[in-house]
Amino acid sequence: MSFDVSNLSLAAAEVFVALMILAIMLTAAFVRGIARGLAYWLSQLTLIVAVFITSFTIMETGSDFDFAFNNMFVRDKLGDILKLMVYLSMMVALLYGRGYLADRKLDRHEYYLLALLTTLGMMVMITANHLLVLYIGLEMMSLALYALVAFDRDTTRSTEAGMKYFVLGALASGLVLYGMSMIYGATNGALELSAIHEAVTSPEGNKTVLLLGLVFLVAGISFKLGVAPFHMWVPDVYQGSPTAVTLILSSASKLAAFALAMRLLAEALPGLIGHWKTMLLFVIAVSLVLGNLAALIQHNIKRMLAYSGISHMGFMLMGFLSSAEASVGTVGYSNAMFYAIAYALMTLAAFGMIVLLSREGFEAENIEDFKGLNSRNPWFALLMLFVMFSMAGIPFFVGFFAKLSVLTVLLKAGYLWLAVLAVVMSLIGAFYYLRIVKFMYFDEPTDNAPLKASGELQIMLSINGVAIALLGPMSGTLLEWCKSAMKTVGG
Amino acid sequence: MEFSAFVFYFFATVLILAGLGVITARNPVYAALFLVLAFFSAGGIWLLLSAEFLAIVLVMVYVGAVMVLFLFVVMMLDIDFASLREGFWKYLPVGAVVGALIAIEMGLVLTKGFAGKPMPAAAATITSQTTPIKCETNICELGRVLYTDYVYPFELAALLLLVAMIAAVTLTLRRRSGAYAEKYISPEAQIAARPEDRMMLVKMASEKEAPEEPVAPAGAEGQ
Repeated sequence: MSFDVSNLSLAAAEVFVALMILAIMLTAAFVRGIARGLAYWLSQLTLIVAVFITSFTIMETGSDFDFAFNNMFVRDKLGDILKLMVYLSMMVALLYGRGYLADRKLDRHEYYLLALLTTLGMMVMITANHLLVLYIGLEMMSLALYALVAFDRDTTRSTEAGMKYFVLGALASGLVLYGMSMIYGATNGALELSAIHEAVTSPEGNKTVLLLGLVFLVAGISFKLGVAPFHMWVPDVYQGSPTAVTLILSSASKLAAFALAMRLLAEALPGLIGHWKTMLLFVIAVSLVLGNLAALIQHNIKRMLAYSGISHMGFMLMGFLSSAEASVGTVGYSNAMFYAIAYALMTLAAFGMIVLLSREGFEAENIEDFKGLNSRNPWFALLMLFVMFSMAGIPFFVGFFAKLSVLTVLLKAGYLWLAVLAVVMSLIGAFYYLRIVKFMYFDEPTDNAPLKASGELQIMLSINGVAIALLGPMSGTLLEWCKSAMKTVGG
Repeated sequence: MEFSAFVFYFFATVLILAGLGVITARNPVYAALFLVLAFFSAGGIWLLLSAEFLAIVLVMVYVGAVMVLFLFVVMMLDIDFASLREGFWKYLPVGAVVGALIAIEMGLVLTKGFAGKPMPAAAATITSQTTPIKCETNICELGRVLYTDYVYPFELAALLLLVAMIAAVTLTLRRRSGAYAEKYISPEAQIAARPEDRMMLVKMASEKEAPEEPVAPAGAEGQ
């Protein structure tokens, strides 16, 4: 493989997004008046074209995977699907966030630049086949996110959230890097994921340092996924950052963190599966209990969704756990991927509803703000009901099928007690989701201001909500899709 | 003793002493200067290994930029170093335990972790597939590797710096408002200013008739 043009074309989407970022930055600097609108539309255009490029790559190349840039970059089905999902969730998040930012005078063009840069970081991470590239992608995503969280720089809450996220995130990045350095040392200088895989599975060599590195990596991944006991930042950051940013944090960045876990745990270190599965077991159990119980007592819906996200990510990791058993194989990973995608869909709609109810000078972030939504606007109350039912795992929404698919493989892998714990915790969790439904349908509205949201937000939110309801019965196709993505992942 | 060995021991001794100086000096300015000395001696050792480019970069970047910046900060900000040192004895037990743990861990890793039969060398690590360019100097070799084999992470690192720039500007740049608004003139307006806007030439008679009324007494104004 030499450095030629065909190699570059595999990374066409990344190159295109990077060039567009530079173009938008320069254009916006010279057109003062229309910069923000221009930046928004150019960002959406960038993402749409990226969707086309990536879909084209899927159709064009028949092979399962191709490498570029001296094997540092990999194009495989897993990466393609995850990238498509990241583009879509970023497009939805930017669309939802636009009016919200404009109301708060935050719609500067830098917002869109940072959003695109964080997308690029995610794409780099998703397609990485080399520890160095993986780390740079992770940093690019995180650095842009830190700035986005603190974007509302004149409010204390936003800057505080940014500071917390930055300090803890830097610590987590340090953990990941430290872990990577130990793996590099222990495998005698391997940085490429497949090389690490080979080195780890060979019977020779001392595994002590490798395990120490693994501990750090699992801690770093857990932080990025926001699962207990590395969850401390999640509620504060979700609450403090502008809701437009929380949309990105809770959807696209979780998909990217899933990719990080896939690349590191499933592709580079499956040789240590017996070890990381024990660590994940602990992480999952703690996340399920803590996430659901803490969400019960929240009055702020952003905090509530943050805690519910902790338990959802615990659920997602159960797929990884099950893959450790030979009887399950890679189906566990594909079900986890389905869960991550379904969660991104639900969380976008949930935070989209908060954006819908908020207006200039008012943030609909308390659960009481949803009181009597049915009498204010029955259609959006119904959509919120879809979202809440789906998150609670009530049939036949997409969230139910996601939970079902993960629990099936978990039982197949023989973790009966964990499955029971998960179901019990979901039942407890159903309380706080249903409480919102009760507020919407059976309480009198405390706030009768008409919903003033742009047409595009209303249409997109409707599509999103209906998708949650409709994708449930169609989840078989999506699951097959995820399964085909795992073909290249060695068990 | 060979000359290069002598040079090595010389630089190594200076490096260790300077390192000790960094952590024992009471005055932070001395500590920073010791660190500069440590960088210089490390640069010397690198020169000995014929890594001349890295040696020069170390001196230029760390001594020339980072340490000077650091000295500025130490001198300009009035940090009360005495108060920072206050809790020393209180925190010593905790620090000693953590330090001992780290020392034990490092010892274990060094003696046991990497000991024994090493893993088979990684099979498919970066192998340069580009046409090899004959390089005689360090800088040529580094440039070749950076722009061919590692071009992807290299370009990404450049974008990472762009993220940092955009983030810093976004979070700190303020268009002046409020009390400063009237004092602030945007650079564009300053550049675009013409002499006619600044100075008004008024034609007036060279002589003036004497005022008929006396000037109002001082104190009458400004009431």
